[in-house]
Amino acid sequence: MLETLGFSSLDELFVDIPADVRLDRSLDIPAGVSEMELVAEMRQLASRNLNVDQLVCFAGGGAYDHYIPSVVWALAGRSEFYTSYTPYQPELSQGVLQTLFEFQSMICELTALEVSNASLYDGATALVEAVNMARGHGRNRVLVSAAVDPRLVDTLRTYGRGAGYEPEVFPISAGRGGEPGIEPDVAAVVVQHPNVYGILEPVRDLFGRAHDGGARAIQVFDPLSLGVLAPPGELGADIAVAEGQPLGNHLNYGGPYLGLIAARMDDVRRMPGRIVGETLDVDGKTGYVLTLQAREQHIRREKANSNICTNQTLMAVAATIYLGWLGPAGLAELGRQCASKAAYAAERLTDIDGVDLLHPDASFFKEFTITSPRGATDVRDALVERGFLAGVPLADADGHALAVAVTEKRSRDEIDRFAQAFAEVLA
Amino acid sequence: MIGAPVRRQDPPSGEGTIDDRSRPGRSAFGFAPLDVPEASIPDDARRRSEPGLPEISEIDLVRHYTRLSQMNYGVDTGFYPLGSCTMKYNPKVAETVAALPGFQRMHPLQPDRTAQGALEMLWHLERTLCEITGMARATLQPPAGACGEMTGLLIVRAYHEERGGGRTKVIIPDSAHGTNPASVHQAGFQAVPVPSDARGLVDVSVLEKLVDEEVAGLMLTNPNTLGLFEQEIREIARIVHEVGGLVYYDGANLNAILGRCRPGDMGFDVVHINTHKTFATPHGGGGPGAGPVGVVEELAPYLPAPVVERDDATGAFRWDHDRPRSIGRLHGYHGNAAVLVRAYAYLVLHGADGLKAVSELAALNANYLASLVSDDFPLAFPGGRPMHEFVATAKRLKGETGIRAMDVAKRLIDLGYHPSTVYFPLVVDEAMMVEPTETETKETLEGFAAAMRQAAAEARSDPDLLHQAPVTTPVRRLDEARAARHLKLRWGPPDAPE
Repeated sequence: MLETLGFSSLDELFVDIPADVRLDRSLDIPAGVSEMELVAEMRQLASRNLNVDQLVCFAGGGAYDHYIPSVVWALAGRSEFYTSYTPYQPELSQGVLQTLFEFQSMICELTALEVSNASLYDGATALVEAVNMARGHGRNRVLVSAAVDPRLVDTLRTYGRGAGYEPEVFPISAGRGGEPGIEPDVAAVVVQHPNVYGILEPVRDLFGRAHDGGARAIQVFDPLSLGVLAPPGELGADIAVAEGQPLGNHLNYGGPYLGLIAARMDDVRRMPGRIVGETLDVDGKTGYVLTLQAREQHIRREKANSNICTNQTLMAVAATIYLGWLGPAGLAELGRQCASKAAYAAERLTDIDGVDLLHPDASFFKEFTITSPRGATDVRDALVERGFLAGVPLADADGHALAVAVTEKRSRDEIDRFAQAFAEVLA
Repeated sequence: MIGAPVRRQDPPSGEGTIDDRSRPGRSAFGFAPLDVPEASIPDDARRRSEPGLPEISEIDLVRHYTRLSQMNYGVDTGFYPLGSCTMKYNPKVAETVAALPGFQRMHPLQPDRTAQGALEMLWHLERTLCEITGMARATLQPPAGACGEMTGLLIVRAYHEERGGGRTKVIIPDSAHGTNPASVHQAGFQAVPVPSDARGLVDVSVLEKLVDEEVAGLMLTNPNTLGLFEQEIREIARIVHEVGGLVYYDGANLNAILGRCRPGDMGFDVVHINTHKTFATPHGGGGPGAGPVGVVEELAPYLPAPVVERDDATGAFRWDHDRPRSIGRLHGYHGNAAVLVRAYAYLVLHGADGLKAVSELAALNANYLASLVSDDFPLAFPGGRPMHEFVATAKRLKGETGIRAMDVAKRLIDLGYHPSTVYFPLVVDEAMMVEPTETETKETLEGFAAAMRQAAAEARSDPDLLHQAPVTTPVRRLDEARAARHLKLRWGPPDAPE
């Protein structure tokens, strides 16, 4: 090939790199290895982590140990899906495009909202994009409930530095609610339901206030709560966002996950990211394309409504297959099991001397927050020794608050043993 | 001429949606019976009507998505020379190791001492990326390249704010990716374009006039989006540094220079890397990716929190959240960890020599392919030497025959190939941007070149073949204008025609 090009060495291909920037040594990284050696090294690294097969998982905080049926990754793991690029050539990409169309449809069905995109990076960045959709026309302030996950608020704060706002946190009472002061310059009120403590919020009331003041209502939701909990669209949310990991995606130490976003049709042109639409081909046959691309960075450049390019398509494919597996009855059964097992776990844990619910009068779904005489991080670390990932420590109650999540995977026996171990580490 | 059109195994058309297959009462799910007392949901919080999810048997579910996968083209299906996207082979072993339960089944908020293997991997990955790019420290948090851009620009912003602020502009070449100006805008800056000169490189004389005390920085891809190396990069960096600005490297084309030169040595202060391009983590049909960002020592305090640190005394790894000058967090957790596992596997597999071979073979393949098609599709900027990709133009073909780059692309589909990128960069008429990558064989390149030449010949002899193309796909050319006019973005009745 070099000969065809009339070159005598590979170096000639790089003559345009000036001598003063050339690297005149080898990269200081180890030499390559065989696949066999790589697998051995990675196994060794992996063996130094504990995973949720080894620790019984009661941790949540947006990422949950739900059961992932075999069909999900048997199908999403087909390489025609995972080795393809963003579907710029629709005739060669009908598989991904149609699956994303089905994904959008299912997210609309779940949320009772009118339009969904083809996914965002994760729940935290989906909230950032929702806030971007809501701001403008003299309304730039963003009010966030104090019961929204602090990692989401932190993410919002980071992006707000670029966009020119600082999220304002309004106080709650007894773990929920609060009274956001909606002035004419407030763009949006953000409420998480169920919230960071796992507690059900008086969403209709909060969103009613937002609308009375002319602000948008943004709900952070749990997609797997929607078989039993009223959907965001019925609660008055204008925009709903979620961490989509629970939909058939592995915990993966935090990613890749996917951000869900759904809104009303009036806002479709403000929606960020890829959107798939149905259309016809030249023979009149139904097909799918990326649509409304005039919103996006590759067309509108600095005037685009977001800089997002790559999203989390593969995770959305998995979510679609998972929701197809569940169906409406599976989603309802899943919600019933999570709620019942969480209620049972809360009862068993609060039977322990000194353990109480942080907010005893509030209702919760699959996650709840307890306090104990020992610091939450301490308790969690001690429970690792007994084979449990106990939950997510929160800053409340001077660091004595622990958010405990219970999915359909947890058996009564696991919950009983967890409560017993919890009692032992407090003793 | 090559032989008859390669026909893929086309599934019968008319695969309706999963909703079309739904029948009341059918299901695939199954859970163990509830073994605790049933709890009730408060009345006012309960869902009243069930969502319209499909009701379907497991085998129908499997057949539907198997059929849809067959209507999709990936790198495993065939050659995918999509310029700027680096569609190289994704090693299967990376999938194997990412699926180890010790990585795949870790909770993001589990204690650091139960995650020592993962943290060590991330720590080594950060150092490896820094060595490759010539940076001091890096964050692995951004989940994609565009988020990496945002991260880098917010770091630039924080740096200037600590020095009194007043910097409002970021300079971007007119050939840049659309994400660059979009990210600049979202980071609160104004994008100022600098034109390309006759060689396809940044016009340095114009740049000199553009810079002033309001310039926060400049973003550059090198080699640039035309596949050409910005030879005056040291001078460009000097000009921007002289007015107090920072220089940002868009890593979209890092594949071209692996082991040959490093952004840090060119004068760049901030670098983002697309692991899903350079380090072969699969694109997933449009994600997931990962967009780590490296910075020079002076900018390290601004990196997003947390970062992985090692306690040199004990050798223990931990997430360090205590970073008072950090720009904050850009992702809910630590970024796309399972993508980073794959990138790490790729780097360990290749090592120093292997990475250098990557850029060499990528450049060799691109130049070889460019030479095979240049009679019909000449380089847009023939003076420069392409590196890992080349930008050709179908302008002459269009002038002679009326056939456009898009028609050629669609004909390539019928000839069995994924087409190149077309109509990017925007500064080239009838652009065809071809990036073969290093993982393709000589025979594959020659087969593709023959298809391109065949398409050009047919443009003259039988243009209808190109106008009609593609005809071998499950659907033919789709009406994008109709899709935008009659919005149908979900199943059910159409969503309001306009």
